[in-house]
Amino acid sequence: MRKDIRVESRSREMLYTTTFFAASCVLVFSFAFVRSGRPVEGAEAGIIWVALAYAGQLALGRAFERELHQDALRGLLMAPVERAAIFVGKLLGIMLLMGVVEAVVVFFVAVFFSTAFFDYGLLFISLLVTGTIGFACVGALFAAMLARSQSRAVLLPVLLYPITVPVLIAGVNGTLSLIQPEPNLDLARFWLALIAFFDVVFMTLALWTFEPLMTE
Amino acid sequence: MNLFDFQQVTVSNVSRHYGRRRALSSVSLDLQAGEVVGLLGPNGSGKSTLLGVLSTLIAPSSGQVRYGEQLSRALGADLRRLIGFLSHDLQLYPELSARENLDFSARLYGRQEPLAVVNNALGRARLAERAEEPVAGFSRGMRQRLALERSLIHEPRLVLLDEPFTGLDDRSTSELIERLHQLSKDGCLIVFATHDLDIADGVLDRAVVLRSGRITELPNGHGSLRSRYRELVTGGGSMEQRTDV
Repeated sequence: MRKDIRVESRSREMLYTTTFFAASCVLVFSFAFVRSGRPVEGAEAGIIWVALAYAGQLALGRAFERELHQDALRGLLMAPVERAAIFVGKLLGIMLLMGVVEAVVVFFVAVFFSTAFFDYGLLFISLLVTGTIGFACVGALFAAMLARSQSRAVLLPVLLYPITVPVLIAGVNGTLSLIQPEPNLDLARFWLALIAFFDVVFMTLALWTFEPLMTE
Repeated sequence: MNLFDFQQVTVSNVSRHYGRRRALSSVSLDLQAGEVVGLLGPNGSGKSTLLGVLSTLIAPSSGQVRYGEQLSRALGADLRRLIGFLSHDLQLYPELSARENLDFSARLYGRQEPLAVVNNALGRARLAERAEEPVAGFSRGMRQRLALERSLIHEPRLVLLDEPFTGLDDRSTSELIERLHQLSKDGCLIVFATHDLDIADGVLDRAVVLRSGRITELPNGHGSLRSRYRELVTGGGSMEQRTDV
């Protein structure tokens, strides 16, 4: 992960691409969903998760493409460490990047839509963190699996979204239950628990299947 | 601490298919510690696939590879610790400096005193003065020398090199040959794929020729490696498992 951060700090290409993309998404949505200075109720929740999903997909594709350059992925797989550890390292790097994007997205949505996300800050952050884990976990596995495929740019979203859509829907509903005029904390906790359940399932499957998927 | 070690690698009836394409077909080989073995053959003959199988990165479709008495599947990370692999694509991070690339590998392989190990490797690669520069600005030869040091940084027992002489000038080639001899004296088993037959002639203990995924006989005689190889390629050849140079 430290190596990934160092490489990214030199090029900053993933950071700039994903944050600009996410910020643009929020800006475009704000024109669509804010009329006469009044935002459409609940639109913020959908905007945040859509922006995160698409920005995350950009980061996922690039994260493993970088390892493919000069076949560095093979060098990593030759290392005398558990291959699951390589997966976890890449996952943490992607999550860190998505965390930065989330901070930017939440800031812009809060400004454009005048939304108070942090009235229940702990629950809101928990939703974001668990949602990011679930999305990045499945995404990192597929991105690694497709790294050598020539049609990876097409296949990654085709595989990623059908599987992560429950996490995204739970994230939207959980966020919505926190920012509606009368927040429903029990409902928010239910969605949080559901995302956590998916996280456990996705993480178990990813750690279990990473090594056989990466052996040619 | 790694307790596992081996003196011999035995490839038994290994085949590898990619869909309908057969990259390796019933390949059998015995490789001993201290040997320098060359994999020769035309493009697409299966040399890189065989190196991939020996490195454990490519699983055989059938057959098995034993390291000492043990199968690679059972050994995992303990075996990978003993293998150094220089791929044709060099496996370097262009955004990182020469020092950072070596330091990353040294730490990944758990080397003690990585700073000293990296400084030694930079010296051997003749890159000490450009250690802090990003690899993206290096010539192919410089990257090749760096990648070689990266693949040897953990003092492996089995050294696998894919086209190690690519991009090297005369001085670097001589240094690499000397290095291979030294590694062989130290008991390393070295297997490399190459098209540079004139250079390989002075390095190899024996040559294995692959044609369409099968091991083929190199004609006997006292001619140069190149002339015997050319005779084989133009005249065909029967099946045989090993050929002493």
